[in-house]
Amino acid sequence: MDVSADTLRSLHRTMLTIRLFEQRVAREFRTGEIPGFVHMYIGEEAVAAGICANLRDDDYVTSTHRGHGHCIAKGCELDAMMAEIYGREDGLCKGRGGSMHIADFSRGMLGANAIVGGGIALATGAGLAATVRGTDQVAVAFFGDGAANQGVLHESLNLAAIWRLPVIYVCENNGFAESTPAAYATSVADVASRAAGYGIPGTIADGRDVLEVLAAARDAVARARAGEGPTLLEVKTYRFMGHFEGDPEKYRDDEERKELTANDALGSLEARILADGHASEADLDALRGEIEAAVDHAVEFARASAFPDPSTIERYVYPEQVAQ
Amino acid sequence: MPELTFAQAVNQALAEELRRDDTVFVIGEDVAEAGTPFKVLAGLVDEFGPERVLDSPISEPGITGLGVGAAVTGMRPVVDIMFGDFLTLVMDQLANQAAKTHYMSGGKLKVPLTLRTTMGATRRSAAQHSQSLHAWVAHVPGLKVVLPSTPADAKGLLKTAIRDDNPVVFIEDKMDYAVKGEVPDGEYTIPFGVADVKREGEDVTIVATSSMVRVALAAAEQLETEGISAEVIDPRTLVPLDRDALIASAEKTGRAIVVDEGHQSYGASAELAAVIAERAFYSLDAPVRRLGAMDVPVPFSPPLEDETVPTPETVAAAARQLCGRT
Ligand SMILES: Cc1ncc(C[n+]2csc(CCOP(=O)(O)OP(=O)(O)O)c2C)c(N)n1
Repeated sequence: MDVSADTLRSLHRTMLTIRLFEQRVAREFRTGEIPGFVHMYIGEEAVAAGICANLRDDDYVTSTHRGHGHCIAKGCELDAMMAEIYGREDGLCKGRGGSMHIADFSRGMLGANAIVGGGIALATGAGLAATVRGTDQVAVAFFGDGAANQGVLHESLNLAAIWRLPVIYVCENNGFAESTPAAYATSVADVASRAAGYGIPGTIADGRDVLEVLAAARDAVARARAGEGPTLLEVKTYRFMGHFEGDPEKYRDDEERKELTANDALGSLEARILADGHASEADLDALRGEIEAAVDHAVEFARASAFPDPSTIERYVYPEQVAQ
Repeated sequence: MPELTFAQAVNQALAEELRRDDTVFVIGEDVAEAGTPFKVLAGLVDEFGPERVLDSPISEPGITGLGVGAAVTGMRPVVDIMFGDFLTLVMDQLANQAAKTHYMSGGKLKVPLTLRTTMGATRRSAAQHSQSLHAWVAHVPGLKVVLPSTPADAKGLLKTAIRDDNPVVFIEDKMDYAVKGEVPDGEYTIPFGVADVKREGEDVTIVATSSMVRVALAAAEQLETEGISAEVIDPRTLVPLDRDALIASAEKTGRAIVVDEGHQSYGASAELAAVIAERAFYSLDAPVRRLGAMDVPVPFSPPLEDETVPTPETVAAAARQLCGRT
């Protein structure tokens, strides 16, 4: 595919930002500074980056428990994201949501979601809303291979198909749902093949190649914007880390992990950028330094932010409580 | 008596019932090799094989309905729903199918299904992984609802649940899994509908469910140092409910507090308090108090989350107030 140097560099920046942000989250989680649970997206960056590069700020995304990458690719601020993960008042959701519930309406990020499959129907609704309003906005539902076996996907695909809704259903097939292999839990090798049952296109992209994801998403988004209806886009990917930080990962062996992590989409993109002369090693080092500084800043911002005041605990249950 | 953790006691109960009865099987997400994320089922698949400890895709409504169908046709399924928050996904299968089948069939079809799930906040898991939704199921006639608070109770009650001919929702508090307690040697079961006095006292009755029993016991110790003798009573099953035991205790002490981790409004605590208020009214020196979780989605941020649930301090404060000592 013919892509401009700017596009390549922009994809790279997004992917590297996700990688470095998450590596830092993992580190601070291990020190005990981050409460709760965090699910790492490392290894899957090409999916969020390649899909969201086709989206506008006013397009919608629904996400999953593994949502940091989607947030970053959709343009959420690192400072406010990190503060949310730290449970602080300056977080995107004022500390009420945490890692699994980051949302930022100003970026069309309708929320990470701790219910597997929880975002699928919501994106369908965002697509319907755009249709009713007569805009050309589109909505993307990110979900895992595990979520592909929730009944809500069936209902959503059918609804979107009969009403030609501008929704792109992106199945991030990383081969596992917690410890359960997709090959065991799913009746077909390719989730995308299920699209046939709804009379909609089902396409597959290789998540080790961000340009393939970019191209597949470009077609699906164009179709949706043109009012031609939904697409089921499956991206074959791999999560490099455990299901959550601290996962003992007995269900896959080092051999498998070594083999698959060797094909890192981020690494191949960097190689291509260098080979094509779009950037030098020094440029890439400078970019890395810049992003690392931004991540450092986010951590310092989060640490400096106060925990929410317990006296405000009931605020936000209902909008009326916020109005005054 | 050997000491077991709550998780080990649940595991033993399942192992014993799987051994005893070929119609028993376990189904759920990551239950086999992984033994669930909480490791509660660790090792079961090694003894009973993947046909009887069955890993399922992520399809909670499907596996629950499948459990109902298998139960009606002669099996005794134990469906594992990882987080109690996902009860919302399986409610149709529980409330419209499992609960009503025996009645609607004029007693012809039985549903000996056990659905195990979890409850409880303070694990920093945020609003969709921290709820205690037992009141939802206790509200539906036809379902039995069990909330064990100790390893020994968990084991004896789970064995009863599996042998029961009704659909039983068995709810374990995630914060209890590592808690240790003495568990009787050998075979035993605990009947449903029999409350257990966890601590005897004279001045105030604290009715507590699930992990709130530990909270109530800690409060009772504190109160003892102040000269207030608290009785802690655990109904153990919400349905059937041992009303007589709650009433007898409240009549004895003249004061009652109900502590439960469900949201306070329209919750289990309301029902338990109403039972006492209605039947022990003339023996009470003060109105019955309720302590539940605050009526807010469970917040992620730790200082907020810790405020949402009853603690030994809030329970003790309520007891002091009831006893006229502020
Ligand atoms: C309805 C529901 N069921 C189960 C879970 C527990 N759980 C959290 S993540 C997960 C696996 C999800 O797998 P997949 O959809 O493939 O996403 P991945 O984690 O691989 O990104 C499970 C079972 C949940 N959060 N929600």
